[in-house]
Amino acid sequence: MRNMQATQLLSELSSPGRRAARLPPCDVPEVPLEQLLPAELVSSAPPPLPELSEPDIIRHFINLSTKNMSVDTHFYPLGSCTMKYNPKRNERLASLPGLVDLHPHQVPELSQGMLELLYSMQQMLGEIAGLPAVSLQPAAGAQGEFTALLTASAYFRSRGETRTRVLFPASAHGTNPASAALAGFECVQLKGGSDGFVDLAELKTQLDSRTAVFMVTNPNTLGMFEKDIAEVARLVHEVGGLVYIDGANMNAICGITRPGDFGGDMMHYNVHKTFTGPHGAGGPGSGPIAVRDFLGPFLPGPMIERHQTANEPPVYRLVNPPHSIGRVRSFFGNVGILVRGYCYLRTLGPAGVRAMSENAVLNANYLLACLKDVLPVPQGNRCMHEFVASAKELKESRGISAMDVAKRLLDHGFHAPTVYFPLVVAEALMIEPTETESKETLDAFVEALRTIVRDDPTHLHQAPHSTPVSRPDDVRAARQPILRWNPS
Amino acid sequence: MAYLVNTPSERQQMLDAIGAASVAELFDQIPVPLRMERPLDIPPALTELELEAHLRDLASRNGAVGTRVCFLGGGAYDHFIPAAVDAVASRSEFYTAYTPYQAEASQGSLQAFFEYQSLICQLMGLEVANASLYEGGTAVSEAVFMAMRVTDRHRRVVVLGSVHPHARQVCQTYLRQIDCELVTIPTPDGIANLAEVARVLDDQTACLVVQSPNYLGCLEQTRELCAAAHKMGALAIVSCHPLSLGLLTRPGDAGADIAVAEGQSLGIPLQYGGPYLGVLACREEFVRKMPGRLIGETIDRLGRRTFVLNLQAREQHIRREKATSNICTNQGLMALRATVFLTLLGPEGLRETANLCLQKAHYAARRLATLPGVELATQAPFFHEFVLRCRGGAGPLLSRAREAGFDLGPALAPQDAPGLAAPQDCLLVAVTEQRTKAQIDRLVDVLAR
Ligand SMILES: Cc1ncc(COP(=O)(O)O)c(C=O)c1O
Repeated sequence: MRNMQATQLLSELSSPGRRAARLPPCDVPEVPLEQLLPAELVSSAPPPLPELSEPDIIRHFINLSTKNMSVDTHFYPLGSCTMKYNPKRNERLASLPGLVDLHPHQVPELSQGMLELLYSMQQMLGEIAGLPAVSLQPAAGAQGEFTALLTASAYFRSRGETRTRVLFPASAHGTNPASAALAGFECVQLKGGSDGFVDLAELKTQLDSRTAVFMVTNPNTLGMFEKDIAEVARLVHEVGGLVYIDGANMNAICGITRPGDFGGDMMHYNVHKTFTGPHGAGGPGSGPIAVRDFLGPFLPGPMIERHQTANEPPVYRLVNPPHSIGRVRSFFGNVGILVRGYCYLRTLGPAGVRAMSENAVLNANYLLACLKDVLPVPQGNRCMHEFVASAKELKESRGISAMDVAKRLLDHGFHAPTVYFPLVVAEALMIEPTETESKETLDAFVEALRTIVRDDPTHLHQAPHSTPVSRPDDVRAARQPILRWNPS
Repeated sequence: MAYLVNTPSERQQMLDAIGAASVAELFDQIPVPLRMERPLDIPPALTELELEAHLRDLASRNGAVGTRVCFLGGGAYDHFIPAAVDAVASRSEFYTAYTPYQAEASQGSLQAFFEYQSLICQLMGLEVANASLYEGGTAVSEAVFMAMRVTDRHRRVVVLGSVHPHARQVCQTYLRQIDCELVTIPTPDGIANLAEVARVLDDQTACLVVQSPNYLGCLEQTRELCAAAHKMGALAIVSCHPLSLGLLTRPGDAGADIAVAEGQSLGIPLQYGGPYLGVLACREEFVRKMPGRLIGETIDRLGRRTFVLNLQAREQHIRREKATSNICTNQGLMALRATVFLTLLGPEGLRETANLCLQKAHYAARRLATLPGVELATQAPFFHEFVLRCRGGAGPLLSRAREAGFDLGPALAPQDAPGLAAPQDCLLVAVTEQRTKAQIDRLVDVLAR
């Protein structure tokens, strides 16, 4: 059954003169090119794209698709990524012509349905965050972080304060420091306590009048709720700083506790994670931010406002916040993903959103309970929606690394967990089952791991054995990078 | 309905295995005073049937392109999307996967993105392309940051006033924080004046940002502008409309060091502004300064051709605050759409599409300019979009067209086209290969009345 064609590249499959798309004849009087364009702006030939027929193109890409693991085909417990089921109704509804074919420059009078949807999305995200002012613009979580940091910066500027530092724990995701640096801040990384929580004593020594923002993921990247988060926030606020909540792990707490209620001043969502975007083989995502009212005037524009006059249907308008930091992207945001998130939230409703988080946490704790005698989980017996196991002992005793375990899981028909993150756990395997997996799947995953840790180490070093490729030569890739097809 | 799978008795078994009395107990970590005491105040749950009716109602209240005649432009265009693009992008092995960190489980995505990079290089006439950025506006900003790293000049960036206002505003937002001056050169004639550009560029300038076709649809003298930048040791960043490259000189051939584009026209629906596709390609020598993911070809343990995430030491998950960008999740599925789209068109299809856009736009411009009180606002050559200046303001003409079911625009605000005379009288008209002579003629008739 193996189809070899898909390993060839499009340009290798190309045959001069083959065509797929056909275009209609020109129905306006055609004017010679040289009368319309200066000769020096015109190319002598079109770009040398591959030439294929439509059947060949379809077979190529469909065969390629079968070389992926995905949520629809496999359990995909990639920690921090919330790989939950992507409801098909959301795909269909986001493709309604009235939504998918709406031009971003269409006037608001002729976009009222879309604006109502986006306005409701702002409201729902504000409520779930406990932070009422929402910008839907950021394209992904990382851009949400960046946007919020610029918002904080503008707020401090408006108060005549110069604050230069952004603090975050060592367990922070890489985008936190990268966003802070991009926003022009000095990055200060806290070592954190040995238990994985923010170390209050260390935090105190680093906080001062230079502190702009403390960025913290909660639940944190070890899958634990920061038990001292209220005190952390109090300390940050005491020196005049703001608390940023990285909302990548919101799947654990929606409807149970809110960033705004536990001290956060700003946060981002990853709609592609928590509200089942989907993930699109690496994107597009959507990273709306929610902030406290006093930061609202600084958010990027445009935002959507609702006007209601007596006995008239409401009217939705685009407005720019008065002290806006400006645009962070073209147009309004990754609307197609926001529409899917909207469909998801409307399907769940208040009780469903809470049930989502409860069951995500139940599934994770069940998996943790079953797994902790197979692989040690340094953080202990309970977790929120994910936990981090460690292959450190396994590596020391039998030479089996987290990578070996991850690769062998693929042979057992499971996608690998996130490995080697967070950096604070040696040989980390970060496991997030989500609420949409059955007990049987979780049991089978545990059994697979149980088998793997007893497997022959040499066999594991060479795993996976059943995938289209195995153990790529990354050193060779980096030493002489081949980054595109080259005619040889 | 939270798409749950386990039955109450299975959940009880799971709780027993955990050793917890209730689900509530699992949340003991969360201090009581921080917990929500009331249900979320969001609308009640809808069944699939109700949701469908609700979404159909919302959708029916939008003037989407299928129900009206679209001459809207300004950075997003109503180009045709062949069915095969949707067929590939709706394969859930693609759209329900994530970032291809595990190469063995992701050869489909990895090879598709490698194909994307190859096609973008061919399209742009450059040597390396990354695996996508968010959209056209941030692609410009990322290119500017990259130029600062390459030239080690961090204080001055020059951009033509004819560059898309959203891209210029995003750039301004990104640069404000780091004390870098963004100098905008007005373009009163619709395109840049070469002498003026030469006067403004200096040996502290990191880069010159050019867009062609520009926001007004006009074609810049890209070759000369790139040469002017190089003369000062600055990089030339050229933003382009990908479909125009069926006819026009590729940015790389014109001397661009970095080419960027809004990739929406490559098979991506309008969807009210996103998700779109940020395209970025550059010369090989800058590869280690590039933002975003790069897919590379290598071999596996058995010598088989393999695709991997490459040169990750530039990226945030390795380099943290020293990364070349903070981007993590990118626009993978949109890059896949662009790959399928470009392959379906091929070189001839691309050329034919570009020619149809060009011919139809020029026909429309000729006809519209015969209307009383209406003229073309610039004399510069253009591709598939142009600026009309209407005596008495753009508003009345736009509304007359709109009432008859034709959407034109957007109208220009002064900051959209620095230097252009009487911007309040100006509006954009874009004509894609989808518009017919009959539609153009009807539009002219409506406006002539
Ligand atoms: C903890 C955490 N923070 C931030 C991000 C960045 O989000 P995005 O990839 O949407 O930019 C991620 C996910 O990738 C994450 O896991």
